Amino acid sequence: MVAIPSRHRSLALLTCVLLAQVLLLALQIKRDSRGRLIRVWAVSAASPFERGGAWGFGRVRGVWTHYFALRGTERENEGLRAENDKLKLTISQLETRAAEADRLAGLLNFKQSHKEVPMVGARVIAVSAGTASRTIEIDRGELDGVRRNLAVITPDGAVGKVIEVFRDNAQVLLLTDKEGGAGAMLVNSRTQGPVGGTGEPTLQMKYVATDEKVETGEKLVTSGMDKIFPRDIPIGTVTEVKAGYPFQQIRVQPAARLDRLEAVIVLLTQVPVEFKNENESKSGTQKSVQGVQNPAPVAPAAVKP
Amino acid sequence: MNDTYDLRSGETHIEVHKFWPGAVLVVAVAALIVQASMPVYFPKLEILDLPLLVTIYFGLSRRNPSTGLLLGMVIGLSQDALSGPTVPLGFYGIAKTVIGYLASSIGARLDTEHPAARFALIFGFFILHPAMLVVVQRLLLAQAGNWFNTNLAVSAAVNALLGTALFMVLDRLRRRS
Repeated sequence: MVAIPSRHRSLALLTCVLLAQVLLLALQIKRDSRGRLIRVWAVSAASPFERGGAWGFGRVRGVWTHYFALRGTERENEGLRAENDKLKLTISQLETRAAEADRLAGLLNFKQSHKEVPMVGARVIAVSAGTASRTIEIDRGELDGVRRNLAVITPDGAVGKVIEVFRDNAQVLLLTDKEGGAGAMLVNSRTQGPVGGTGEPTLQMKYVATDEKVETGEKLVTSGMDKIFPRDIPIGTVTEVKAGYPFQQIRVQPAARLDRLEAVIVLLTQVPVEFKNENESKSGTQKSVQGVQNPAPVAPAAVKP
Repeated sequence: MNDTYDLRSGETHIEVHKFWPGAVLVVAVAALIVQASMPVYFPKLEILDLPLLVTIYFGLSRRNPSTGLLLGMVIGLSQDALSGPTVPLGFYGIAKTVIGYLASSIGARLDTEHPAARFALIFGFFILHPAMLVVVQRLLLAQAGNWFNTNLAVSAAVNALLGTALFMVLDRLRRRS
């Protein structure tokens, strides 16, 4: 047997470990499996801590935003500081709760105005652990009727789709991920094409021919052709159009704030959802969605309110 | 029994540090959880890479290449598992294995206790880490990846600054001889 000198043992171990991981990568690509069992274990183990972490960070942010960030103002009012501190802390707690209540009320209003559409509200409890992917983790899972490939939205617009479902949480691939995207349609010209992520905060609309007229500021909605998103959910606004051959390069600013998601809605069906447009929302009327593309509902067995 | 001992290389004596039981595990798990939870509420802090900082710190302190690379592998694979199915297992694992090995190898040869040395090392590792990710992306996954941009330099500097401070805090977890 060949003895490895002690000073080369760690190098040999490094080689073995790297080879093992390269083989693991190759195995996943070959079988198109991404180690689901290991991920289930990891997510299940981390999920309770992430919930705790989300709660803790929420509290810290509330105190930071409404208390410590106001220290400059407090210095100007030093004489009143002692008296005001207690009141400010109380107010900050109330403001944090009010902000959360507003956010939840927004979701609730949205749900109540679309009672015919089965959906479930969810809280974002974590984001992807690295910058290589744009995913979020939500606190709803199989028990809430969430399944893979369901659309995830906010009252502002499309967010992404469910890619992994666990017992009581799920992972959502954002539109901005390199592998994320949706079938899209320009509102004015009704030109269709896929919108995909680039790993950056903006999206890119692909395969729009050079002779199609596209203007900056034009709105995009889902086309329903991807069989995931219902039709006419806002995706974003065209911010940049560059000529190209044979296709134009179109950048899109997402309608939903994908970098600041705290609560989302999982659509448990592909029945079209009516969204208020900007002008009509001021007058309180709603835009009626025409031309239902995918009316097949997939209602869950049990849905939490 | 002493909890620290000296590596002797020529005339230099480099102290190898040990930590309270479970400290490495708790810090590594905490880094992964905080990395996943923090950007939900503080999106700008996504620039930080706590798992990488922890890998570097324990590599430099333990100064044992074998444990350094194994810790890097475990942290990297955990980060892969928590990053969603679009990131294959081994993506961060390979990069952090190499970083763990290099950090502990450098730690065994140089005194890395001075904040300036730590800043420089962290900065270097934060340039090397994404470079390795791009290598894995291009060679093993056949995906496109950018080699270098100004954001990377800014990110490396910010992480080096925060890492230098964080390392001072983590030094308190060391057992004294």
